[in-house]
Amino acid sequence: MAQTIQLRVSRYSPERDTEPYFQTYEVPVKEEWVILDALNYIKDKVDGTLTFRWSCRMGICGSCGYMVNNEPKLGCATFLTQYAPGPITIEPLKNFPVVRDLVVEITEFLEKLKKVKPWLIHDDGNGAGEYLQTPDQLEEFRQHSMCINCLLCYAACPISGLDPIFIGPAALALAHRYNKDSRDQGSAERMAVLSHPEGIWGCTFVGECTRVCPKHVDPAGAIQQYKLAGAIDGIKQFLMPWGQRQEKQ
Amino acid sequence: MSSHGHAATPAPTSSAQSHAPSSAYTEFHPRWYRPKISTYWWLGKWAYVKFILRELSSVAVAWTVALILAQVWSLIRSPKAYSQFARVMSSPWMIALNVVAFAFLLLHSITWFNLAPKAMAVRVGGKRLPAVLISGPQYLAWIVISAIVLAIVISRG
Repeated sequence: MAQTIQLRVSRYSPERDTEPYFQTYEVPVKEEWVILDALNYIKDKVDGTLTFRWSCRMGICGSCGYMVNNEPKLGCATFLTQYAPGPITIEPLKNFPVVRDLVVEITEFLEKLKKVKPWLIHDDGNGAGEYLQTPDQLEEFRQHSMCINCLLCYAACPISGLDPIFIGPAALALAHRYNKDSRDQGSAERMAVLSHPEGIWGCTFVGECTRVCPKHVDPAGAIQQYKLAGAIDGIKQFLMPWGQRQEKQ
Repeated sequence: MSSHGHAATPAPTSSAQSHAPSSAYTEFHPRWYRPKISTYWWLGKWAYVKFILRELSSVAVAWTVALILAQVWSLIRSPKAYSQFARVMSSPWMIALNVVAFAFLLLHSITWFNLAPKAMAVRVGGKRLPAVLISGPQYLAWIVISAIVLAIVISRG
């Protein structure tokens, strides 16, 4: 028999429970097993009622974000062995309503995501063929384009928990990613929506979003850069109120 | 929280969950569990404590500015007012308070300089400037200005 480890998993059934409770499971520890393997082991062999999201098993889909020992982690990228001898506490991501067990409700996030217009905005529509871009221009935003919407940053951000209307790290970083894209002309449009207390100015730069990001997107850095652009934009409007906002080419 | 098991129960409302719910559904769904955030949420993690201390340091900055303004004001007013100010400043509780304020000022300045490179993504020749080239000059200016102030204080003292 292989060595085992205890998993304390948060359970919540909306039909029965008024609040979550912990259920403890004993799972084998294998060197190559991640948290997601342990949860799938429980689901297959021990308790089929355990509910959790997952899909790709390789850090691409962003579905398997959980709180592991109170830290937001991707279940598919967090090895059991690093928590030996255990126990490991697994809870749903913080700062989201819980639907069932480890599954959180993310509709509010999807609404916020739409607000930042995360697509290329271009005057000539789609009729101009392909838009050329140099490697240097790509490098300007590439880091911020690696986001997989796993929402670990929202679970790490205390402002997202305290102020539910705050747009939040991933969405703001994505807005910055499109602003920095040489093919995009929508920065003024986005600034009008995001230069508000629930937008870029809601961020107090705790910096935890950047620390927990599994794709090194650096949302905290993106938001501070966005704030700088917002401040410059504000000063320009104050000094030259008659001038038009200059859009990117 | 308790630790107990349950028999398997089918989820009767799962169809609403799998078909992207509308915002009305989001707002009025009665079953989700929304965890409450404690007033002391920041005590749970050192990173959060550091953040709160950094935010609190702005109070020390405001206190120091007020103190300097009071010093200038008493200096302009009369020699008597200034000696009264100096007497208050030399009391043990005021010295203790200012030692704490000074520690917070250091924290404020250091965190500011360290965070500046995050906000300034300066690119030269297609490459982003390393953080030390943005925070370094700020530290240097801070040290030079502090040294000049210290030299003036020592030479007049």
